Amino acid sequence: MTVNVLMPALSPTMEQGKLSKWLKNEGDAVKAGDVIAEIETDKATMEVEAVDEGVLARILVPGGTENVAVNTPIAVIAEEGEEVADTADHAPADRVGEEDKAQKQAEAAPPVPGQTAPQDEPGEANKAATKAAVEAATPAPKATSVAAQPSPRVAPEVPEGTTMVSMTMREALRDAMAEEMRRDPNVFVMGEEVAEYQGAYKITQGLLQEFGAKRVVDTPITEYGFAGVAVGAAFAGLRPILEFMTFNFSMQAIDHIVNSAAKTLYMSGGQINCPIVFRGPNGAAARVAAQHSQDYSAWYSQVPGLIVISPSNASDAKGLLKAAIRNDNPVVFLENEILYGKTSEVPALEDFVLPIGKARIARPGKDVTLVSFSIGMTYALQAAEQLAKEGIDAEVIDLRTLRPMDTATIIKSVKKTGRCVAIEEGWPQCGVSAEIAMRVQQEAFDYLDAPVLRVTGKDTPMPYAANLEKLALPSVADVITAAKAVLYRS
Amino acid sequence: MVEESGVASASAPMIPPFTREQELTAFREMLLIRRFEEKAGQLYGMGVIGGFCHLYIGQEAVVVGVKMAARDGDQFTTSYRDHGHMLASGMEPRRVMAELAGKRGGYSKGKGGSMHMFSREANFYGGHGIVGAPAPIGAGVAFANAYRGDGRVSLTFFGEGAANQGQVYEAFNMASLWKLPVVFIVENNRYAMGTEISRASAQIDLSKRGAAFGIPGKQIDGMDVRIVKATADEAIEWCRAGKGPYLIEAQTYRYRGHSMSDPAKYRSKEEVQKMREEHDPIEQVRARLIADGMSEDELKKIDANARKIVAEAADFATADKEPDPSELWTDVLAS
Repeated sequence: MTVNVLMPALSPTMEQGKLSKWLKNEGDAVKAGDVIAEIETDKATMEVEAVDEGVLARILVPGGTENVAVNTPIAVIAEEGEEVADTADHAPADRVGEEDKAQKQAEAAPPVPGQTAPQDEPGEANKAATKAAVEAATPAPKATSVAAQPSPRVAPEVPEGTTMVSMTMREALRDAMAEEMRRDPNVFVMGEEVAEYQGAYKITQGLLQEFGAKRVVDTPITEYGFAGVAVGAAFAGLRPILEFMTFNFSMQAIDHIVNSAAKTLYMSGGQINCPIVFRGPNGAAARVAAQHSQDYSAWYSQVPGLIVISPSNASDAKGLLKAAIRNDNPVVFLENEILYGKTSEVPALEDFVLPIGKARIARPGKDVTLVSFSIGMTYALQAAEQLAKEGIDAEVIDLRTLRPMDTATIIKSVKKTGRCVAIEEGWPQCGVSAEIAMRVQQEAFDYLDAPVLRVTGKDTPMPYAANLEKLALPSVADVITAAKAVLYRS
Repeated sequence: MVEESGVASASAPMIPPFTREQELTAFREMLLIRRFEEKAGQLYGMGVIGGFCHLYIGQEAVVVGVKMAARDGDQFTTSYRDHGHMLASGMEPRRVMAELAGKRGGYSKGKGGSMHMFSREANFYGGHGIVGAPAPIGAGVAFANAYRGDGRVSLTFFGEGAANQGQVYEAFNMASLWKLPVVFIVENNRYAMGTEISRASAQIDLSKRGAAFGIPGKQIDGMDVRIVKATADEAIEWCRAGKGPYLIEAQTYRYRGHSMSDPAKYRSKEEVQKMREEHDPIEQVRARLIADGMSEDELKKIDANARKIVAEAADFATADKEPDPSELWTDVLAS
């Protein structure tokens, strides 16, 4: 019986990858656990292992092929002696005692960071041992709740005629850090797996090679401690970029973020500032359940003394991260794992820095104002496209910075449309959208033709089951429903 | 050897002697802190100082001994029993007192108070109100020193109560792993608020608390400024040589309550009295100076000078204005 080896998927954001090379040739005997090929994605390099014993009868996708879709058959393994059509001559299988599969898998698994206990979920016909533990933590390639993001409009700050390059948010963030590290020797990166591992989500890829271990510092898994160390270094004049593997773990460090970083300038009467960036993925990824899916936008944007930024696309991510690194205040920079792999246009400017605290009108319109940020923009923009088909012209505002919030841009828009829907993935109570609704009713009450509505994550912990997770998150349909409700249309 | 009082005496076989000049420096510095704290206590009673106010009386030899071993440029970081550390760092008594009083002439313009004071000029990095927080922050200051390779040492103080905080051990681990130039000084005054150390700590020899991280530790009599200074000399030298962190447990004693509202039910008056009479850090120096031929009059002049500085500081703090209401909104973000 022949078995197809499929292109493996190891993260929710991986839809395709490069089949870098084959380590076995057609006709080679393979046994379970043998590494037969190497695969690359933008995040990780992975080894594909054979799960069945037999002969690598056919290679269907040659080494070096780019953009191989997940679940594409890439090879065929046949039983010894079995005929496979068009199979080249193959040597007799070299029968060796079968290795204990579980043992092999255990060996292949990399050391696991404390809070993430990744479990590889192998496909039917192959198993891949990934070099990226966190990648493996997030199985299920099927798009869960979010489809591809429509291309966002370029920031208004970019001069007309600027050459644009396509890049992922992941690359944009890395480039922003690298550029700022070249510019200022006081800038350094610290966090779990930022150096040798190249970043748990590959955001710091290549930084160790360029800047060395002094400036790209792997930490132990001790968020409270290393946040305090980074804050102390910032007090003393360095400019740390502190990566949280995810913001879920920042709860261990929140004392230093709030009590030490945010308040010391005030408590010292303006003497001791804290130029630090706390960054990392925030909010729900896919299928990682309650403890790894929390959105901290509302938490941090409540704190005076912090700046909070949460970009939705590669261009804003780059321009705002550079601004954050140069800022003399503590900045909480909330990224999103699902957006890391999304590609958008980034201006090819030598020094592209965006202003903090300025929202962006991502889509001009006149009928209803949709306000969102980060991955919420995905729902907002898609909803706007669909509403347009029904003759509703939505204006979509991307906040980009949550604190200080660009209230003026929201109010100006609401004064024009008279209707507002705020969208976020976070919980409803005391959420960012609650704040938006408050500001709109306070500053544009007389212009409102309907109460402000919110589309938020549901008021529950994040469930694991795919269907429940989908229900827990906002959807494009939710946004459309809310937009129609404020327009009194059904 | 530990006496009945619980404070080690003569833990070093040979106490390195001070010169006359060093004795006088120690006497002057410790006395200034003592008189300052006494005055702060009075002003608290008068309502000039509010909120939390943690006095350093009894512990003066610890920070003064360490300061005498430090070099210009070395940084100090501590928790909220911090007035002594600020004075030892060379901060102006009048501006410290004004901060205690919440006045505009204070180091933090009246916005920090007793527990939150800083001075970049004096290399004083707080003044932190969270138990245990100075450990990683002080290690971070040392991280900057190592990053720049400037030879400075971060002198990081916290109490024996903080020594049970998880973040202290996270900081120990990183400081040792990265060979950071930081001396951790545990000021063991035996009571974390009202909890005596043996009721809160499974291992009461706190100098051993760095052993798991390969940090050398020394338990010393923190009431003898000469021992503190000699130990700090060793520790600072160790750090400056690039060997990583060093841990000192200075056994000391606070005469006053944890804060101003301490009921003092957890220890006897006799215990406090015995410490004052037999181990007072300032009296020890005074006795040696007298034995060395100093006259009472000369020492009284030093005391009078300390009282004068403190009285002026109190007058300044009392007369100074509260911050302008507009200051509510300043220093939230750096521009």
